[in-house]
Amino acid sequence: MTYSVKLQSFEGPLDLLLHLIKKNEIDIYDIPIADITKQYLDYIEIMKTLNLDVAGEFLLMAATLLHIKSRMLLPVSEEPEQEEEDPRADLVKQLLEYQSIKEAAFSLDKREILDRDVFVRKAFPEEAEAEELQQGIDLEGVTLFELIEAFKKVIAELPEEAVHEVIGERLSIGDKISVILESLEREDNISFYNLLKGGRSRPEVIVTFLAILELIKLKMIKINQTVACGPIWVYKAVRSDEENTILPSPLAGEGQGEGQHGIGD
Amino acid sequence: MELATEESKKDLKSIIEALIFASEKPLSIDRIKEILDDADRKEIIHSISLLREEYSDGRGFYLAEVAEGYQFRTRPRYAQYLQKLYKIKSPKFSQPALETLAIIAYRQPLTRAEIEELRGVDAGGVIKNLLDKKLIKIVGKKDVPGRPMIYGTTREFLEAFGLNDLKSLPTLKDLAELGERKEPAQAELAFEVSEKTE
Repeated sequence: MTYSVKLQSFEGPLDLLLHLIKKNEIDIYDIPIADITKQYLDYIEIMKTLNLDVAGEFLLMAATLLHIKSRMLLPVSEEPEQEEEDPRADLVKQLLEYQSIKEAAFSLDKREILDRDVFVRKAFPEEAEAEELQQGIDLEGVTLFELIEAFKKVIAELPEEAVHEVIGERLSIGDKISVILESLEREDNISFYNLLKGGRSRPEVIVTFLAILELIKLKMIKINQTVACGPIWVYKAVRSDEENTILPSPLAGEGQGEGQHGIGD
Repeated sequence: MELATEESKKDLKSIIEALIFASEKPLSIDRIKEILDDADRKEIIHSISLLREEYSDGRGFYLAEVAEGYQFRTRPRYAQYLQKLYKIKSPKFSQPALETLAIIAYRQPLTRAEIEELRGVDAGGVIKNLLDKKLIKIVGKKDVPGRPMIYGTTREFLEAFGLNDLKSLPTLKDLAELGERKEPAQAELAFEVSEKTE
């Protein structure tokens, strides 16, 4: 059997079904459900053997197909007045709609698309992007999503805690803020990754992350990413001599300010 | 502004040409009228049609009617050089992006759940991406439990796809007929023609 081509290119279960219908030259209004269901399940099996992630949607559709198949097997109601709805009706409607969407997408792609086929006078894209980033909090090319990505990475790398010590460690964002600022006294910049890596436990990494966000909000630190997907650098926003006069210190000890969110109880 | 003489009519055309040239976004007739105080709407439209004719041939760019305005755009046949100029590497929209845009363009306003139902797959990532690119926007909240956000296309969408307005999208019925013929060359031709009529 030749299933090898185009496996990955299916956008979803509807796409795969349309493909099967076309391949078998089936009338979309009269789909031989048993046959199509079998072919559909075969495809999913192949996707699994190829170690492709079979998204949940594909499995959901498999269940729908099997459900329709079983309904088709039920004897048709004996009373002719009672109109039986074709169990395939919903699926056919969905397929037709999806087909028209694919056609619409195709026709959009055929248009003369700006920045692909046609161009207009403008500042170079790089400059335009730099301008956009000027608005709002100064994250210098780092999106919040990239920060969260980096955070997720560290969390994922944390070793499983084998022994569980039950000592209520009191971690406060305020404390963490002082630790970060102290580190930044010693070094001009620290990689975001290393800052988080310094945390020994999940709560500590979380508190560190929140402390960094808090410091960005207070405009006390800046973060910067020079290369796309490269390391994210954290550095001081204000010189140490100006700091005390300009900004209210958020590093005050226990029980003060909004930096006090206790975690770890 | 009195524009009775031939001389001043020529002026008007050149002024409009200058305005469109210098504008980064498509320039609407209303805006041109506003800038030119009393200029007659008909005169402006006439001047623009003269300009469009002049730029219809023999130049590297043409005067396009897009997003209810006018804009100079480079000719598609020179795309490869401009892609180099702007260092554009992957100028293609992905299939999920195109399908999601198509759904929103034809069915707007609608919710994420409605989009996902039509495509049969999760649309969260694509929607975020299209929002970032400003091709779609949140136009409000649907009056159902949970009050989900509803999405619509933006002016930037019209600009990106060279559409004058949403009405100039081909109807789904026309598309179905086009799809049956399965001839991309035909489709291109159809757009060429509609672009030149005006």
